[in-house]
Amino acid sequence: MATKALVLRDIACTFGTYTAVDRATLELGGGEFVAIVGPTGCGKSTLLNVAAGLLHATAGQVTVFGAPLEGINRRAGYMFQQDALLPWLTARGNVALGLELRGTAKREAAERSDRWLARVGLTGAGDRYPHQLSGGMKKRVALAQVLVLGPEILLMDEPFSALDIQTRQLMENELLDIWSADRKSVFFVTHDLEEAISLADRVIVLSSGPASRPIADFAVDIPRPRDVTEIVQSPRYLDVHRRIWDILKKEVLKGYAQGKVA
Amino acid sequence: MPSRWKIWAWRLLLIAVLLVAWQIASEQSPLMKFLFGAPIAIANRLWIWWSSGTIYRHLGITLVETLLSFAIGCGLALVMGLWLALNHMLGAVLDPFIKAANSMPRLILAPIFAVWFGLGIWSKVALGVTLVFFVVFFNVYQGIKDVSPVLLANARMLGASRRQLIERVYIPSALTWVFSSLHVSVGMAFVGAVIGEYLGSAAGVGYLILQAEGTFDIDTVLAGIIMLTMFALILDSVITVVEDALLVWRPKPQN
Repeated sequence: MATKALVLRDIACTFGTYTAVDRATLELGGGEFVAIVGPTGCGKSTLLNVAAGLLHATAGQVTVFGAPLEGINRRAGYMFQQDALLPWLTARGNVALGLELRGTAKREAAERSDRWLARVGLTGAGDRYPHQLSGGMKKRVALAQVLVLGPEILLMDEPFSALDIQTRQLMENELLDIWSADRKSVFFVTHDLEEAISLADRVIVLSSGPASRPIADFAVDIPRPRDVTEIVQSPRYLDVHRRIWDILKKEVLKGYAQGKVA
Repeated sequence: MPSRWKIWAWRLLLIAVLLVAWQIASEQSPLMKFLFGAPIAIANRLWIWWSSGTIYRHLGITLVETLLSFAIGCGLALVMGLWLALNHMLGAVLDPFIKAANSMPRLILAPIFAVWFGLGIWSKVALGVTLVFFVVFFNVYQGIKDVSPVLLANARMLGASRRQLIERVYIPSALTWVFSSLHVSVGMAFVGAVIGEYLGSAAGVGYLILQAEGTFDIDTVLAGIIMLTMFALILDSVITVVEDALLVWRPKPQN
C-alpha cells in the first residue's frame, strides 16, 4: 500500500468553549479525488484549514506523505471559497506570485504564468486586474495561481459556490480535465451533494456541528472521464445520490433544528 | 445635464461680474480701496511678480517645504503605522498617546519649531510633518488592520514568509489607503509650509503675505492668497493624475 497523501487522525478543534470538530479521522490516497460534504457550519473548512497548516488542531495529528505536518503544508495548494486574488496585481502577477515568493526569477515566473493562464482559457487576459474579470474568470485565475506551483495535494473549499450554475458546471468539467492530466490528490469541500458526486472518487459525509466528524464514506464508481452536465441522469449517479442523501438529510435537518433553537 | 461650454460660460460671466463690481466699489472711496484692495492693482502685482521673476524663488521655497513635509511625514507614518499595526502590544500601549498627539492643536508648535530649527525651511518642514504624519499614519494603520484574512491565508499558502507577507500584502494594502488620502495629506503639507512661513521666515509665499500685511498692502496680500490658491489647485490636479496612475487596479467609482 502506497503512502497516503494526507492523513488527519483524531483531529479535534475547539474555539474557546465551542468544539467545531471532534475526533475526526480522514485519509486521502495518492491521486484520489475525495469530496467532503456536510451541512452548513459543520466544520468542513476547519478540517481543510488544519490540512493546510493554516490552523493548528487542538488535538490529533496530520501527516503529509508519511511525515508529520509542521507549519504550512508546503506540498498542498489551497483554493479558497472567497475571492483571494491580490487586487493590486494583474491576472499574470497573481499567478506568478507563488513562483516569485519561492524565488523564481520574475521573467520566468511571468512566462510560466502566461502558460497556465492559457491552460485555464484566459489567453490574453494577463494584463487585467481582478476587478476587470468576471466571477468565473477570477476562479480560473485562482485555479492557475494554485496549479502553477505544481502542488501534489489540492485543497478546495467550495471554490465554485459563488458562481452561477452554467459557469460552475463549466469550471467543474475543466477542473476534471486538468486533474485527469496528472491526478493530484484532492480534498474538495462542498455543501452541494451533486457537485460532490459528479467530481469525486469518494464522498465523505460529516455530521452537523458542533463536535462534527465523518459519519459515512461512499465510493463513487462512475467511470471517467465524466461530464458533469450529463452525469446527473445516469442510474449509478442516482443510486449513489439516494444512498448518501438518506444520511446527509438527517444531518441537515439536525443542523437546521439547532439553528432554529439558537 | 447642461453642456460643458455652457457651464464654463456661466462661470466666466460670474467671475467677470464679481471683478467689475469689486473694481467699481473700490473706486468709490479710498477707505474701500484700503480695506478690500482692487482687482486691477492685484493683477498688476501678480504681473510684476511673474514678469520680474521675483515670485519664482518664493514659490520654489514653498514648494520644496511642501514636498519635504509630505515625503518625510509619509515615510515616518508608513514605518510607524506598519510597526504599531503589526505589533499588537506596542499598538495597544501607544494608542492613547497617539490619540492625544493627534488631538493637540499642532499649529501652536510652530514657534517652538522656529526655536529648534531656526527660521529657514526646516521649521516649516517640521510643522508640515506633524500635520501630514497623522493623516497618513491613521490610514496606514487602518490599511494594515483591514487586510483580508483570506488574502493573508492565500499568500501564506503560496509560500510567503513573514517578511514577504509584509512586502507583498501588508505594504501594498497600506499604500492604497495612503494613496486614497493623498489629496488631504498633500494639502496638509502645503498648509504647514505656508503657516510656518507666515509665523516667521525669510522667504516663501507666506513670507510675502506677512511682509505686505506689515505695511497694510492689501493688494499684495490678496495677490499672495490668489497665488497660493492657484498653486494648491495645480498641486491637486497633479495628485489626481498621480493617483490615477498608481491605482489603475482599483475599480472606478460609479457616478
